[in-house]
Amino acid sequence: MSESRIAKLAAHLTGFGAKAGFRVAVLGASGGIGQPLSLLLKKTNLVRELHLYDVKGTKGVMADLSHINTYTTVRSFEGNAELAECLKGCDLVVIPAGVPRKPGMTRDDLFKINAGIVASLAAGVADSCPEAFVAIISNPVNSTVPIAAEVLKRKGCYNPAKLFGVTSLDVVRANTFVAEACNQKPEKMNVPVIGGHSGNTILPLLSQTSPKNALPMDQVKALTNRIQNAGTEVVEAKAGTGSATLSMAAAAHRFAESCLRALNGEFGVVECAYVENSEAISQGLAFFALPVRLNKTGVSGFAPLTPLSDYEAQLFNSMKGALAGNIRKGQEFGRSFTL
Amino acid sequence: MQARAVRPSARRQKGGKAVCSAGSGLQAGNGQHHVLRSVQNNVGRIERSAVSASVGARRVSSTSSVGYASRGAVACSAGKVAVLGAAGGIGQPLSMLVKMLPSVKELSLYDIQGTKGVAADLSHCNTACKVTGYVGEEELTSALEGCDLVIIPAGVPRKPGMTRDDLFNINAGIVKSLATACAEVCPNAILNIISNPVNSTVPICNEVYKAKGITGASARILGVTTLDIVRSNTFLAEECGLDVDQVDVPVIGGHAGVTILPLLSQMRPKVQLENKRIEELTTRIQNAGTEVVEAKAGAGSATLSMAYAAARFAESCLRGLQGDKVYECAYIESSLIPDLEYFASKVQLGPNGVEEVFEVGQVSDFEQQGIEGLIPELKKSIAKGQEFAKN
Repeated sequence: MSESRIAKLAAHLTGFGAKAGFRVAVLGASGGIGQPLSLLLKKTNLVRELHLYDVKGTKGVMADLSHINTYTTVRSFEGNAELAECLKGCDLVVIPAGVPRKPGMTRDDLFKINAGIVASLAAGVADSCPEAFVAIISNPVNSTVPIAAEVLKRKGCYNPAKLFGVTSLDVVRANTFVAEACNQKPEKMNVPVIGGHSGNTILPLLSQTSPKNALPMDQVKALTNRIQNAGTEVVEAKAGTGSATLSMAAAAHRFAESCLRALNGEFGVVECAYVENSEAISQGLAFFALPVRLNKTGVSGFAPLTPLSDYEAQLFNSMKGALAGNIRKGQEFGRSFTL
Repeated sequence: MQARAVRPSARRQKGGKAVCSAGSGLQAGNGQHHVLRSVQNNVGRIERSAVSASVGARRVSSTSSVGYASRGAVACSAGKVAVLGAAGGIGQPLSMLVKMLPSVKELSLYDIQGTKGVAADLSHCNTACKVTGYVGEEELTSALEGCDLVIIPAGVPRKPGMTRDDLFNINAGIVKSLATACAEVCPNAILNIISNPVNSTVPICNEVYKAKGITGASARILGVTTLDIVRSNTFLAEECGLDVDQVDVPVIGGHAGVTILPLLSQMRPKVQLENKRIEELTTRIQNAGTEVVEAKAGAGSATLSMAYAAARFAESCLRGLQGDKVYECAYIESSLIPDLEYFASKVQLGPNGVEEVFEVGQVSDFEQQGIEGLIPELKKSIAKGQEFAKN
């Protein structure tokens, strides 16, 4: 893959891992994802200032993190009155805020609570840091990203190149499961995952992994199912105490770091993310996760994909309606939300 | 490990991966001589140890007298780590960080509840390390089988108003039973004890091992004081306007209140501070844990920074097991201070755990007072742990 080789070379030139002056906000920093995510960001040299926001508890998280001897400085903000101050001047805003699933719930069941949370946080971004990259983790991502888009539009600052639904955990899971099946190193496996971020809207493309695989059809189906239901796998294993937190933090950190590398001028940064687009492959769905090329301006293009296999095309057809419905639900909510 | 006398003129050049640049060597004559060794470890930190060698050299004390023949740099395929207390506030982020360490091949997560969920969660991360969750005492043996390193954050944390000693009643029992299992299943593993009060829980572990007839374990039973160093580095970098990557402050003594003694006089790089500031910073470092307990207002004590520090120390231990020379401070059974059986000081980690313990070295008057002042409390805590373990 010449693209990744060029990226690696370029990384040396732009000082990957070097220090930079970016300000990053985590909205929902006291939560199950927010805390480990903030820990990882505190260790990330591209982050100069880490702003922690939540409705409560951030003073404690900040006091804790502030003792760590790294370049990143930390400030805490608590409650709606402090949101503006938190967001001022931010280059990247990561949003894990909201409630997680319990066994038996779908991501869509979270809609009632999380929709309002994301809408008001998006309004805050519009007011205080309209130029920032916004990375949304709060579920159901299929809907919360369209919600944010509508709010940002109403505030006159929507830039589709800078609004992302974080789907990196699907990629991480796909990499892990496929590597296991192929006896490969998990950190060397790359599986593109497109579509949405819940159940069967998640479309892992086992037809185009890197390195290539020769998995038989029954294994492809089993792995695809497992990747689609991996989130539920964790919700059940946690038996009511929550959903994926640590792996979500690690995946979100990976995505956040890619955004910062892109902002820092690094060439060749590519990550799968759920974004608004009109690529042919999205077949008319307004929002669709694709491998996105990132640069200082946000999404600068899409990495090429080979045509879907028959199986993948089948999966796409079977979920298209559901994803369209999720998007519509989010858009309607965002349009009618009281700003 | 054999006791080794370090007489400067006789110091051998050691092989291994350490980058050693000796200082200007030893001058004959009176007064204190400092041999500064600068060592680079693989996370890019340059850690220096100041070894004071006065005329009539004192011995660098050995940590144990068991007949471990000096093995030299053993390339250990160190790979299996267990976290006991993995579902807790420290255990979870710590497990996440350990899963990301390249030298870890297998990670056992053990707790009395919740580890199946934590393991399912972490197992999705695409790093080489394989994660397995174990729940409940019946599974403790399986969790520990074949471990090279066992990290123990298990226990309850402080609430506002509590001292670390207040945790003793609950945590002592937890640590004793976990140590017993380790002694039975993986007696050669390195233990990293985080459970407070560390001043007492480390002696508990040592007594458990001795009662089982295991000798020489004190080199492998390490109380984690790394968070005190991390905090000292942070506060001093802030104070002096220094790049935090460049700051290294040794911290000796114990791991609670006034038993924590940062040696600002031995800080690298050297700085000039007013006596008043030195006192204030020392107090802040000693109370930093309480600072977080109060900021969390009942929601717990330091978890994320503790996970960070513990992961750093675990990584150092693993690299030591793999034959690198790594320098850290740790709380261990020690003969450095005549009045005390346990003491935290700068050590060199290697294939056998602690390979070398460094003398405290030259200290300021304030610090000398600090050492004398901490002895009574530390002595009490040690005795409390020893007594508990023997009953």
